[in-house]
Order: sequence, then C-alpha cells, then structure tokens
Amino acid sequence: MNKATRYTKSGCRHIVDSLDLSPAEYADLFSLATKIRAAPSEYASICHGRLMATLFYEPSTRTRLSFEAAMLRLGGRVLTVADPATSAVAKGETLADTIRTVGSYADIVVLRHPKEGAARLAALYAPVPLINGGDGAREHPTQTLTDMFTIQHFKGRLSDLTVAFCGDLRYGRTVHSLIRALTRCRGMRFILISPQELRLPAQIKEEIKAADPQARIEEVTAIEDGLPAADVLYMTRIQKERFFNEEDYIKLRDTYILTPERLASAKQDAIVMHPLPRVTEIAAAVDSDERAVYFQQARLGMLVRMALIARLLEVI
Amino acid sequence: MLRVNAINKGIVLDHIQAGNGIRIFERLRLKGADYPVALLMNVESTKMGRKDIIKISDTLDLDLTMLGLLDPRISVNYIEESRVTSKVHPGLPERVDGLIACKNPRCITTDERHGPSSFTLLDKETKVYKCSYCGERVRM
Repeated sequence: MNKATRYTKSGCRHIVDSLDLSPAEYADLFSLATKIRAAPSEYASICHGRLMATLFYEPSTRTRLSFEAAMLRLGGRVLTVADPATSAVAKGETLADTIRTVGSYADIVVLRHPKEGAARLAALYAPVPLINGGDGAREHPTQTLTDMFTIQHFKGRLSDLTVAFCGDLRYGRTVHSLIRALTRCRGMRFILISPQELRLPAQIKEEIKAADPQARIEEVTAIEDGLPAADVLYMTRIQKERFFNEEDYIKLRDTYILTPERLASAKQDAIVMHPLPRVTEIAAAVDSDERAVYFQQARLGMLVRMALIARLLEVI
Repeated sequence: MLRVNAINKGIVLDHIQAGNGIRIFERLRLKGADYPVALLMNVESTKMGRKDIIKISDTLDLDLTMLGLLDPRISVNYIEESRVTSKVHPGLPERVDGLIACKNPRCITTDERHGPSSFTLLDKETKVYKCSYCGERVRM
C-alpha cells in the first residue's frame, strides 16, 4: 500500500470509498487473494493475536459473516456488535465516541451504518484501520473489491470488457461504486439496462465522463438489447418500494428476470454476477449454467477481504 | 449626493453585490454594534453599476470564508489612520467547515454532535458545493 499518500492523520490507513484504493493496490490485493486461495494454510495464522471489531448498525448477515470468516481464516479473532440497540449507542453515544472506544480494544474495525458518510466521519476518529462495510446508499468498497476480483478471476483482465448492468441502477450502491472503479480501467464499455424510472443517476454519469471522456455508455430498456454484447452481466434487484404503484412494479419486475431462455442470447464466455441476496431477478434454473458465478463471487469476496485485512494490519 | 465620512480605523467591506449588503450586515450581527457602522446601498460603481458598502469603525475578527461564501466579489479593506493598510479578496472558498448544514436527512452530520459539516467547492461558476460526508450537492 502507498503509505505516503493514503494514511490519515491518525497514522492509519482507512478504506471508506471504492476509489480510496489505487488501481495498483487493487492489483496487489487480487494477487494476494489469489495466493491465499491457492494455499490457504500458509496464511492461516498470519493474524494470530489480532482482533477485529465488526460494528453493524444495521443488519447485514452476509457482509458481516464474510469479514468475520476472513479474519478467522487468517488466525485472528473477532468482536462483534451486531445489535446497536443493546450497546452504548442506545444511550445516546455518538459514532465518533464509539469508534474511539472500540478502536482502543481492537486492531481493525469494520463499520456498517445506515447513514450516508458515516464511515467518512468515523475514519476521522478511528485510532486503528477502519473498513467501510456499507454506509447508507452511498458506498460499499469491499463489495466493489469483490466484484472487481470476480471479474479479474473469471475474465483474466480488467480492461477491454463490455459490462452490462441490469435492474435498479438508480438506487443500487453496488452499481455506483463498481462503475466508478471500472471507469479507471482501460477500454471499458458500459451497457445500462434498466427501466426509465431506475436509470443511473446523471451525477454518476457526469463523474464517469469527467474521469474518462472516452468512456462508452449505452442505455437500453430491454435486457435482450444489452445481453448479447456483454462480457459481464451484473444483475441487481428491483425493489418494490421504489415504485408508486404495485402494478408498475410487477409489470417491470418480470421483464428484468434472467431466465435460461434470455441467457441463451449471451456470449458463451460471459459471466453473470449478482451482489446477493438474489430474490426473483435470476431464475433458479440459471444457477446450473456455468456462466452464473454469483456464489463463487461470494467466496472470492471473502478471499479478497482476507487480503485487505492482511495488508491493513501489515502482517504480510 | 449622500456622503458618509471616511473612517479612521476599522474595516470597509466594498464591492458587495447590490442588495446583498443587508444580508451580510445581519450575518455579521452589526445591528447591535456599540461602535459606528454604516450600510450603504445602491452606491454607484464604475465596475459593478451598483454596489453596497459596509463601513465598520472597529477592528473585528471577520470570518473571511463566510464572507466569500455570501459574496465572492467582496473586498475587505483594513483601515489604519484613515489609510487602507491591507486589502483582501476572500473569493469563493474551496472548503467550508461548520457553516452550512447538510440538507440530506440521511447524512451522518444530521445526528452527530461531534461531526461539523464540511463542504467542498465542486463548480465555481454555479457555486455548487458537495458535502464531504454524504456527497449531497448544494447551491449557494
């Protein structure tokens, strides 16, 4: 890690935003995660004697378990506050105070919080490395790390790819984080498949254009229009609460379900990803298609989190 | 023509956009001042057509970030012995801490006592700032 530019005044490196990691750092983490995958026993005790605190202000079993499994597989131990209602927060303690206190017990902290910018604020006070495990609708950098590693793992590169995003592109934070990070890669083409109501926010499109004026972005409404060209299909869930009436929701929801019939038009070497949990947007019959990699994606997420923890704790 | 005497020692806020003077006057809480203060409105200006001027016959510790935010064209003239000893153009600040509250109800700064608000300038032309925590845009 580039210590000179990335450390904060507390002397710790924090990961708050998916762009906090440079492309070189992403590559380093993917390389380390691949080594861990190949020989896990060599890394099984590198975090012996280290403690990770997972502070989850909103439920997220998947992300929490992924981090905890990552730390345990590195030989470290885990403290968890899964229910803030039973903690000092219920007594009115500020996040800043909680982070300073928890940071005095643990060597590394993972924070999930419903408020936007919570991790940015916590990082100002954290005396140990802090990882953003998701803050409101804003950022979820380790999901981006997981997604990038999955693409690298299956496609062998993070350049010259056509990535199609499908579903709720307006509110889906995993899409926002991933597309911003992929904009830094060479030769990417993005196909945005969504209903009119759930298009990628103009603000994100402006950011992409500002970062890469050559970026190729196409917007389509039908999944059939985007799927054939895609090397990567990134599916997301369309949530009912985003619609004014149930009829519109049901009508749209069904047109964005990935079925084996629809997948037939995709490239033979394409991959289908999903940040999970999947509800109805991918038919169960697609699971047996070798292009469906979403469950492997979850395992790769744990491996790349192991790499991140190891680097932040400087044990390797 | 209306005449207001030059001040011997104090501060002159010049080149205030016409109509903006009253706002700055209020933000500086000059209404209850116990020293001479003058707010001149719609004064003729070769550069601006019309402008407002505030003359303060005292040395205040001015918040230049706030002044630049309220009126980027403002100039602050410090007066000693009836002469301008220094002139400052605060301009639009690149960063504003603790002066603006974020309007995004989902922003962490809405419920953290220790978290002062922080905004960074995104677009000088449109005066759009971005919350450093949640990314919410606000136009000044």
